[in-house]
Amino acid sequence: MQAVIQATMEFLKLYWAPLLCGLVIVAVLPLVVGYIVLVERKLMADMQARLGPMRVGPHGLLQPIADAVKLLIKEDIIPDNADKLVFWLAPVLSVGAALLSIAGLAIGPAFQIAKDINIGILFVVGVSAMGIFGIVLGGWASNSHYSLMGSLRSSAQLVSYETAAGMALVSGLLLTGTLNIKAIVEAQSKEGIWFVMLAPVAFFIYLVASIAETNRAPFDLPEAESELVAGYMTEFSGFRWSLYFLAEYTNMIVVSSVATTLFLGGWLRPFADVHLFNFLDYVPPLLMIGVAGYCLSRTPKQPSGVQQIFMLAVASLCFVVALVLVAPVVLPIAKPFYAGIHGGFWFIFKVSAYIYFFMWLRFTIPRYRFDQLMRLGWQFLIPLSIVNVLVVGVALIVSSYFNLHGWAMLLVTTPAAIIALVVALMILAAGQESQAGKENAAASDFYAG
Amino acid sequence: MGAGEFGNRERAVKRVAAEPETEGETTLSSEATTENKTLLGADELIINMGPQHPSTHGVLRVKLKLDGERVIGSECIIGYLHRGVEKIGENRTYQQFAPYVDRMDYVAAVSNGLGYCEAIEKLLVVEAPPRARVIRTILTELQRIASHLLWLGTHALDIGALTPLFYCMREREEILKIFEKYCGARLTTHAFRIGGLQYEAYDTLEKDVERFCKDFESRVAEYETLLTQNRIWIGRTKGVGILTAEDAIAFGVTGPVLRASGVKWDLRKAAPYAAYDQYKFEIPVGTTGDTYDRYLVRMEEMRQSRLICLQAIENIPAGPILAKVGKVLKPPPGEVYHAIEAPKGELGYYVVSDGTVQPYRVRIRPPSFINLQAFDRMVRGHLVADVVAIIGTIDIVLGEVDR
Repeated sequence: MQAVIQATMEFLKLYWAPLLCGLVIVAVLPLVVGYIVLVERKLMADMQARLGPMRVGPHGLLQPIADAVKLLIKEDIIPDNADKLVFWLAPVLSVGAALLSIAGLAIGPAFQIAKDINIGILFVVGVSAMGIFGIVLGGWASNSHYSLMGSLRSSAQLVSYETAAGMALVSGLLLTGTLNIKAIVEAQSKEGIWFVMLAPVAFFIYLVASIAETNRAPFDLPEAESELVAGYMTEFSGFRWSLYFLAEYTNMIVVSSVATTLFLGGWLRPFADVHLFNFLDYVPPLLMIGVAGYCLSRTPKQPSGVQQIFMLAVASLCFVVALVLVAPVVLPIAKPFYAGIHGGFWFIFKVSAYIYFFMWLRFTIPRYRFDQLMRLGWQFLIPLSIVNVLVVGVALIVSSYFNLHGWAMLLVTTPAAIIALVVALMILAAGQESQAGKENAAASDFYAG
Repeated sequence: MGAGEFGNRERAVKRVAAEPETEGETTLSSEATTENKTLLGADELIINMGPQHPSTHGVLRVKLKLDGERVIGSECIIGYLHRGVEKIGENRTYQQFAPYVDRMDYVAAVSNGLGYCEAIEKLLVVEAPPRARVIRTILTELQRIASHLLWLGTHALDIGALTPLFYCMREREEILKIFEKYCGARLTTHAFRIGGLQYEAYDTLEKDVERFCKDFESRVAEYETLLTQNRIWIGRTKGVGILTAEDAIAFGVTGPVLRASGVKWDLRKAAPYAAYDQYKFEIPVGTTGDTYDRYLVRMEEMRQSRLICLQAIENIPAGPILAKVGKVLKPPPGEVYHAIEAPKGELGYYVVSDGTVQPYRVRIRPPSFINLQAFDRMVRGHLVADVVAIIGTIDIVLGEVDR
């Protein structure tokens, strides 16, 4: 007994910080996801000429909490013919994989739980892909046709697009030669240019594939509401359902973070090494002050005293954040925290922009059909990504031969990207030709993918 | 299916109650595989879409036989919203029955009312005064736009485009406001009376309609920017649910579904009623009869309806709004069939009078019900995702299918 306690103490002494971070992630992430959902609903409402949630809290700011409470106290239904153990396990698997992959990410140089694992990106991508087990098992365990079809679609889709996404990541990784997340961002800092400039086609492929991987519109077929009711989630309700939901949105954060790290310069400020652009350091605090000002201006319009106080609290919170953001820039004492605080801001900013793009797509365009989705994946994205790896590789050899660095590398990588694009157009044209004759005959075996 | 459907259905229910394992009727035959516990092992899957399903537009129930995701058979089961409207007609006076017809196609109540009122007028051998006829035309065309807007929004939603629905609802709201100002009701309006109108047009009717028409042109263009040239939209609708002109005629399909198949048949031109003979408008027709064509036809129809409204408000004749009909309607014994071009197709009323105050028989030809018969032909060989696109493109309203 003594030994066990001692071993535990030793373990805690060594790993208290990551454990704490892990706890924070598990505790805070649902809240973050809740607010992402709120933002999504608000954005959707804005694009659709309506208001969105407005009732719970001022401007619906407490809606996520109300939703969470509602889901928690809902009746827990397990269908009679369901495989109870698997039904219980599946959402946990999904959400566990999603939360675990967060551990590998670096939100700013100061905040990373699994510090400096040398297979960083591979770990994140691999673990987050494990979430598909939860979806397949959940669909199978429900013993319902809709669920089964949803989960089959989901697995086929993930397998197909994981290939393209992986290839796109390889093109990006060729530029750094490392999988370590910190080293990847540092390489971009050293070159002074983000990899999205050097490998735009890879970024594009990853963008499309990551939307498909996270089952977001226009690739949200596994849960296509109008066809499969709710896909693999049909039989799930209450908290189990919300676990799936949590997993889906966490996966969105994960793929956005991977894209941000590898292609968008991670936590680097735009033009981090150019002194001329140092004024950009004032953008984060000004942004927060703007939000605070907006909240202040809305305060008198709130219907009740409680809501006015709430709005004031939000405004002052934003103001405090602005102060925290501005301190490292103006106060010499706070200088050491600059990288951590501003790095965190820029990382979250870029991830948000990426997620915003996801949402924007969802509101704008219709849904693909399954055979079209598979065709896009196998006949377009995968060939293109393979070609792109080749082209980027050649471009890198050429640029190292001429000893090009930073922006000068654009001289070779831009032609390379153009070549890749031409290949893409050729693939598209060939695909359309071959498809013209057998429009409807091709799709019979798409689960084989 | 058809008129005998209900009889078959009853028997089917009894059979299922006795022996739950044997589902399936004529089209699906007895090779049902539902008892196969391991779903993955089944070659054919029978999936039950509806009556509670997000995209069956009400309480339509579709039994689909699937091979993987490919549809190899389908059966529509209807009747969940049956209220016996035709039978009710036999037990009400002619005026009393008029509000009931609003409840059939409840998203196009004005059109339903127009058809019924004109049918009874034909039976009475009276004619509505010119002023009434023009106002009827305006309201009916507005209703057509509203109905098509609702179709567009839900159809786009079924295919996965979330946003057009709300834009469509925004414009539909304007139309409903006009209805509300005119007669106090928004959906089940009962806007017309046998012999003309009950209410005089309110003062700013012309202005309201004109303002709506002015805005509406750019709004249709807005929907088109979201959908018409969208690659995914084209991919999802082109070549899906093709209905040839021969098939369409054989099934008795009418309305935009028929016109999209290339048949130029519109009762507003073929047998003008109300005041349609006074206005210039085009009848859009499609070529291939697929979902995309039906989409284009309905979009163009909205534009044409707008033009009709604009022409009509220019010159609304003065005069009485109600022809001389008695308080108690006793049409001479006889029968009449009168059909109008409702938003969804030919809406016909066959009314038999025996000289009393109540109709002897009211038979209604609902366009949705008859258009739905072509569903199986359109859906075979397509994927599950296309099923919802095809249900959407037929534009059914279950209140009218089941009556």
